[in-house]
Amino acid sequence: MSTPLLSAQNVSIYYGDKQAVRDVNLTVQRGTVNALIGPSGCGKTTFLRAINRMHDLTPGARVTGRIVLDGEDVYGPGVDPVTMRRRVGMVFQKPNPFPTMSVFDNVVSGLKLAGVRDRARLMDVAERSLRGAALWDEVKDRLKTPATGLSGGQQQRLCIARALAVEPELLLMDEPTSALDPASTARIEDLMTGLKQVTTILIVTHNMHQAARVSDTTSFFLNGDLVEHGATDQVFTSPRDERTEAYVTGRFG
Amino acid sequence: MNEPVRPRPLTRAPLSARSDRTFQGLILALASVIVLVFVLSVYQLGRESWPALREFGLSFYTERTWNPVSGQFGAAQMLIGTLVTSLAALVLSVPLAVASALFVAEYAPKWLANPVGYLIELLAAVPSVVYGLWALFVIAPILGRWQQGFFADPANVALYTRCQDLWNSGQTTLQCFFVPSAFDGRGLALAIIILTVMILPYTASVARDVIRLVPADQREAMYALGATKWEVISRAILPYARAGILGGVILALGRALGETLAVAMVIGDSQEIIKSLWGGASTMASVIANQFGDAQERLHRSSVVALGLGLFFLSVAVNFLARVVIARLTPKGIQ
Amino acid sequence: MTAQSTPLSGRPRPRLSAARRLRNLLMGVLIALSTVVVVAPLLLIFFYLLREGLGAMNLEFFTRTPAPEGETGGGLLNAILGSLQMLAMASVLGVGVGVAGGIFLAEYPRHPLMPTVRMLSDVLAGIPAIVMGLVAYGLIVLQFGFSGLAGAVALGFLMIPIVVRTTEEVLKLVPVTVREAGLSLGLPQWLVILRIVLPAAAGGIITGVMLALARVAGEAAPLLFTAFGNPLVNLDPTKPMSALPLEIYRGATSAYDENQRLAKAGALLLILIIFATSLLARRASRRR
Ligand SMILES: Nc1ncnc2c1ncn2[C@@H]1O[C@H](COP(=O)(O)OP(=O)(O)OP(=O)(O)O)[C@@H](O)[C@H]1O
Ligand SMILES: [Mg+2]
Repeated sequence: MSTPLLSAQNVSIYYGDKQAVRDVNLTVQRGTVNALIGPSGCGKTTFLRAINRMHDLTPGARVTGRIVLDGEDVYGPGVDPVTMRRRVGMVFQKPNPFPTMSVFDNVVSGLKLAGVRDRARLMDVAERSLRGAALWDEVKDRLKTPATGLSGGQQQRLCIARALAVEPELLLMDEPTSALDPASTARIEDLMTGLKQVTTILIVTHNMHQAARVSDTTSFFLNGDLVEHGATDQVFTSPRDERTEAYVTGRFG
Repeated sequence: MNEPVRPRPLTRAPLSARSDRTFQGLILALASVIVLVFVLSVYQLGRESWPALREFGLSFYTERTWNPVSGQFGAAQMLIGTLVTSLAALVLSVPLAVASALFVAEYAPKWLANPVGYLIELLAAVPSVVYGLWALFVIAPILGRWQQGFFADPANVALYTRCQDLWNSGQTTLQCFFVPSAFDGRGLALAIIILTVMILPYTASVARDVIRLVPADQREAMYALGATKWEVISRAILPYARAGILGGVILALGRALGETLAVAMVIGDSQEIIKSLWGGASTMASVIANQFGDAQERLHRSSVVALGLGLFFLSVAVNFLARVVIARLTPKGIQ
Repeated sequence: MTAQSTPLSGRPRPRLSAARRLRNLLMGVLIALSTVVVVAPLLLIFFYLLREGLGAMNLEFFTRTPAPEGETGGGLLNAILGSLQMLAMASVLGVGVGVAGGIFLAEYPRHPLMPTVRMLSDVLAGIPAIVMGLVAYGLIVLQFGFSGLAGAVALGFLMIPIVVRTTEEVLKLVPVTVREAGLSLGLPQWLVILRIVLPAAAGGIITGVMLALARVAGEAAPLLFTAFGNPLVNLDPTKPMSALPLEIYRGATSAYDENQRLAKAGALLLILIIFATSLLARRASRRR
């Protein structure tokens, strides 16, 4: 096995005095889909947001331990959080397209706002990303219309395309389908397998079936602890920890 | 699309967090102008009013004589004029404002509530000079006619003569306080009337916003008990909205204290002791407007600025009070 | 007959007593009447100015300066141009500082200076306009004499807190996740603010600026000892300048009929402009 893309070492996260994530160790291999599951409030979002340093902007939030992305500590001295975030994409729980921009401008916003002017290149990136997010056929004739005019499911795929456009090495997804109807959810789940070709995915989900269907590994969080981490088949069929078993079989949470 | 994932350096890129610091510096510099304006205001007002405050000390604000000819300056009379006009206007406007807020929020159907809301907002946008002009040309003649009618009765003339003797000796009685001392309608009463009209829309729109924030379940709980509309209002809505309305009232007081031109145009600009509701008076703001331009004497000018300084601190204090009241008394859960 | 056998339908119906019913009705009527009293002045003022001022609003009104005292005719061109110039200059100060202040409060809540700026902005909002006139007098007029620029500075000071407040409010309406989406793309915060958040809030900010303009356009008090007034058309901001509210004030307190007539026409023009601006601003904020 090659060096992992991401490795979290003794990561603890605090909000003020309150510890939300405790001493988590976790590795993520390239080109895989990895699910984070656990009951509400157990620290999944908190952990996810530590990876792209989103907590830098939360008052009182503090991260200890090491998070190493492709050999480099993302909290290391001299690491520029802005540059670092460019390598890590994020898709949020609710679709959040930029409200004043067209579909096209949304997709290429990461490049365009950073100064890329080359129309041909932007067009190329937009098409590739939209195809990657399985949205191209639905929007190719309305690229110039406002993004807020799309349906919720389309908006979420647009947000995925927007994240893909900057070619992230790692894509963080925080319950990306929880605000969507079953059809849109199915489309996005279908996407994941294809996305493995271009990036690595870390996805938070409350949906056991979703975790079982799309992910290669699964990590179970409980009260800020990483209780169990392993291949998805193993976690779901023969969990090592009884709390994991209770959770995946729906006996609590 | 299937490019190999290539490592990229984490540091030193064109779009770094360093550019953020530049932008934040720029925003901070511009925002600091707000601090600067405040500091400069205090400094300017303090510097300009220093001669008067050095001459009279803090008793400047408690001394009643204001006489540019003899060079004696005390602001007490204007302080009283300011407080009397503002508080009287407040007392008159609050019931009306709350009633109109209740009408808009609770009684009126939407097709009526919206236009009435518009009108109240426009009322708040009418400039002070325009209110002053209207008061001068429309209300003052009406009051003047009433005052002249008052003297048509010989008994009233006798009363007036008696009161005038009192007034001349610097005194008044409750009866004389209500006897007209002028014939042109201008004076304290007109100032209070126009000030009332001017602060009505502020109180009304704050009250409306607060009443709209009262949760529906508070109303419904009362209705469910079989209460009439007025009982719901008086027992559920008003108690709940009280703090917010009080905060709005104090903010309106802040506005009334500093209202200048409308008052200056109609109050009759007298710095003597207030002897009649209908007589001339002055407020701190009206004296600044009426006298600063003509004040040649250094001490006179400095005294006028000292009025401004007093007004400055008075408004700051009232604003703080309003915010404390709102923060203290607002039921938890509504911001 | 036992107690439990009372049929439900046989219970006495509760009735609203006549007194409660009357009081309810009475209060309703009182509340409606009070509302009439509250809005009546607006209609009275408006129709008074229409009656008295509309006739004086002719071509001459817009193209001439006031006639010398005692003569007839003339217009308020000096005041109209003066108001426009001073409002334009005040906007530079009010919008520049106000929008930046709003950005500072909304986007940098953790900055140690944030509470100070927020508090002082609130304090400035409550300071009477005439006091701001005294401040601008001390800052500028004492050294450079009366000027349109001094008037504009006073008006700009008054605009700042209004613009700060609305800017902060509308920026906070933009969801946090929109900002986070921008940051997660590797955009620096300033680009996220300038290119994503500000455009999303632009409608509300424009509304706030228009309301601030409508508010200061009617202020005469801070101009008394700054812009001072000028009977002639003046396009030089370093010289004394007239403004509509100033002419209204001088005209209304003047003994000459002709000046009073111009004041009424000026007042009509002023409130028409202010009403139009307020309504437009309100419509713009509605559409969002
Ligand atoms: N900004 C914050 N400040 C303080 N505490 C926070 C903050 N955000 C989250 N928390 C707390 O940290 C804990 C973990 O929250 P987190 O959002 O990571 O849970 P989660 O696993 O994502 O839950 P969910 O499944 O409901 O999204 C919770 O107890 C939460 O209350
Ligand atoms: Mg979460």
